[in-house]
Amino acid sequence: MRRIYMDANATTPLLPEVLEAMRPWLLESFGNASSIHQHGQQARAAVEHARENVARLINCRESEIVFTSGGTESDNMALFGLVKPGDHVITSSIEHHAVLHAAERLQERGVVVTFLPVSSEGRVDPDDVRRALRPNTTLISVMMANNETGVIQPVKEIGQIAQDADIWFHTDAVQAAGKLPIDVKAIGCDLLSISGHKMHAPQGTGVLYVRRGTRIEPLFYGGAHERQRRAGTENVAGIVGLGKAAEIADDALRDGTMDGTAGSQVAALRDRLEQGILARVEDCAVNGAGVPRVPNTTNLRFDNLEGEALVIALDLKGLAVSGGSACMSGATEPSHVLTAMGLVSTSARASLRFSLTKLNSEKEVDAALELVPAAVRRLRELAPVNAGTLG
Amino acid sequence: MGESYNNTIAIAMSGGVDSSTVAAMLKDEGYDLVGLTLQLWNQRRLAGHEGMPEQVQGRCCSIDDVYDARRVAETLGIPYYVVNEQERFERDVVRPFVSEYLAGRTPIPCSLCNNHLKFDQLLVRARQIGADRIATGHYARNEYDPVRNRWILKRPADLSKDQTYFLFGLTQEQLSRTLFPLGSYQKPQVREIAAQHGLALATKPDSQEICFIPGGDYKQFIDAYLEEQGELIPDTAGELVTTSGEVIGHHSGIHNFTIGQRKGLGVSSPNPLYVLQIDNAAHRVTVGSGAEATAKTVCARQLNWISIPELAGEMRVRVKIRHRHEPAWAMLRMSGADEVEARFDEPQRAVTPGQAAVFFDEDEVIGGGWIV
Repeated sequence: MRRIYMDANATTPLLPEVLEAMRPWLLESFGNASSIHQHGQQARAAVEHARENVARLINCRESEIVFTSGGTESDNMALFGLVKPGDHVITSSIEHHAVLHAAERLQERGVVVTFLPVSSEGRVDPDDVRRALRPNTTLISVMMANNETGVIQPVKEIGQIAQDADIWFHTDAVQAAGKLPIDVKAIGCDLLSISGHKMHAPQGTGVLYVRRGTRIEPLFYGGAHERQRRAGTENVAGIVGLGKAAEIADDALRDGTMDGTAGSQVAALRDRLEQGILARVEDCAVNGAGVPRVPNTTNLRFDNLEGEALVIALDLKGLAVSGGSACMSGATEPSHVLTAMGLVSTSARASLRFSLTKLNSEKEVDAALELVPAAVRRLRELAPVNAGTLG
Repeated sequence: MGESYNNTIAIAMSGGVDSSTVAAMLKDEGYDLVGLTLQLWNQRRLAGHEGMPEQVQGRCCSIDDVYDARRVAETLGIPYYVVNEQERFERDVVRPFVSEYLAGRTPIPCSLCNNHLKFDQLLVRARQIGADRIATGHYARNEYDPVRNRWILKRPADLSKDQTYFLFGLTQEQLSRTLFPLGSYQKPQVREIAAQHGLALATKPDSQEICFIPGGDYKQFIDAYLEEQGELIPDTAGELVTTSGEVIGHHSGIHNFTIGQRKGLGVSSPNPLYVLQIDNAAHRVTVGSGAEATAKTVCARQLNWISIPELAGEMRVRVKIRHRHEPAWAMLRMSGADEVEARFDEPQRAVTPGQAAVFFDEDEVIGGGWIV
């Protein structure tokens, strides 16, 4: 069975160029970037070259880039590294759990947190942010694009609010990096998180942009790495891969071909998939329709079925998509994002996310347009009765 | 019936040795398999409530069991998924379990789970994802009898592991779509087969208690669950009386008693006393001697017939009135539109409302119902 992968917002495959860039640093060109000798100096040079590429991707200084182990660490560092007991933090109810759970932990430590609601289309209202400000508000954390719906958040407006109030603004750009142009100066953010593996770099790599002059406490202690902001020997090969992926993404974004290919191929594929499913499946709608979204994501609601069963049925037919978020056991929990958008539990459970990369083809989209309607039909025909027969 | 089903089978995998061995056996037989684990309950959910353990090891639906099931699926090379059925389990099993106890009855959550989730819901899920049939690690046998044109449920080869008592609610449709591959094996053989297939859990201990009640203390569970739900435990304190109506003590709530219970009555007596009757309206618990603690008949409702389409006239059967009960001879007849009465040859101890009465003809399950 040729498997079709449409779950790019979960993770993306390495690009061959990225693997090639990494290869020497896993083999002959090994070295600890902190060492004095030539092995170390070469590794240091490779790390700094990668830093240059990442800085170019988001329009910042190289010294403002901190390499981390991924989006989750970057988000945790932003929240735990700045906020003190007694502070007030504003975030949204649709953030990734890396922010939400960190914020809940801060609450336990005496920080007051406001979780802003979103519109039915899944967007934070900047006016809500402004109204939530308090004299002791020190940080706003609102994501750039949502991982489940792809809905782009008004980060520039929020950045302006933060600047006017003279407080920190962190944005989780994990789902935006490589999909949208990012300019930290235009956004006006003080901190910004990126994950490598969502943009064709390896898992276990990430970035926290920390604006110059932002006094952030490290999460880890044990060395002066990353300008004393992140102790621990650099993941040289991973960082090199992230740098290469950033370079490739940046080139594509700069020459107007978004996501590597002409005419935003990914958006065209996504639209073909979305329109095709809407045309072929009854009682189906897009979550987050009508507001700007990243070009690769569509979140579809199929009434009268369990999304979890649809994910399994499609996987057994060779199509990988996702619904909700996985709990510890791997079972699907109803999405907090869709719930925050006002969907009732049954509708949230009936929603699936399709997320593409430039590596997907039109042929794959057309195959999905056969598989999805057939699987939906079968699920609806065999809908469970609500009560059992006995007891 | 049954011959047109496809080659794909969904296996209900609990992470225990039985269902894991089923997967290994069916894999050998060349079926296309899909492993499913039903996530029924979050074991950490009531942690921190009074009397509930913080950490629970090796319980059904625990992360460890899911891990084990996933490892088995990996070893055998079959696709595997965890299906979230927590809402349904709470609605169809936990809630009724709690209400039954509060009403002075003694429910069997395993039968409720079998009826509502393991067979009903799992079969629907299996069919939705392309498997016409399911297989489970239950110790039971089922076969199609062309003479009677019915699917028959039979006791397994290993009678010490017999689970047919919990399966009396299976419909003909469910029986026709279910495989019980362990029905003809002894448990030690099953462990051997697991070991032969290199399954690391071949020596994993059997699960015993009610899966969602860590430690098996259902009273503490009910207290913790109601506290979590923000509900008050209804005050059902009342009198403890003898069969002659003499009040010999008071009790703190009827849910602390089950029929036939001898310990923890809170009264002293020269001869052992047993709970005979729980009156859930008057909150009165009647106790009596061992001789009084027996019943000549049992009545059951919400019937399901397996080997017969319906009961006509009288039938000589053996009746099992709780899981560990040696089936007792009785004469069976209908006593209402959906009520059956079994008259025992010898009076039986602890006929308990809320438990099931299951009727046997030799090793065949005739059918069963819920004791009233």
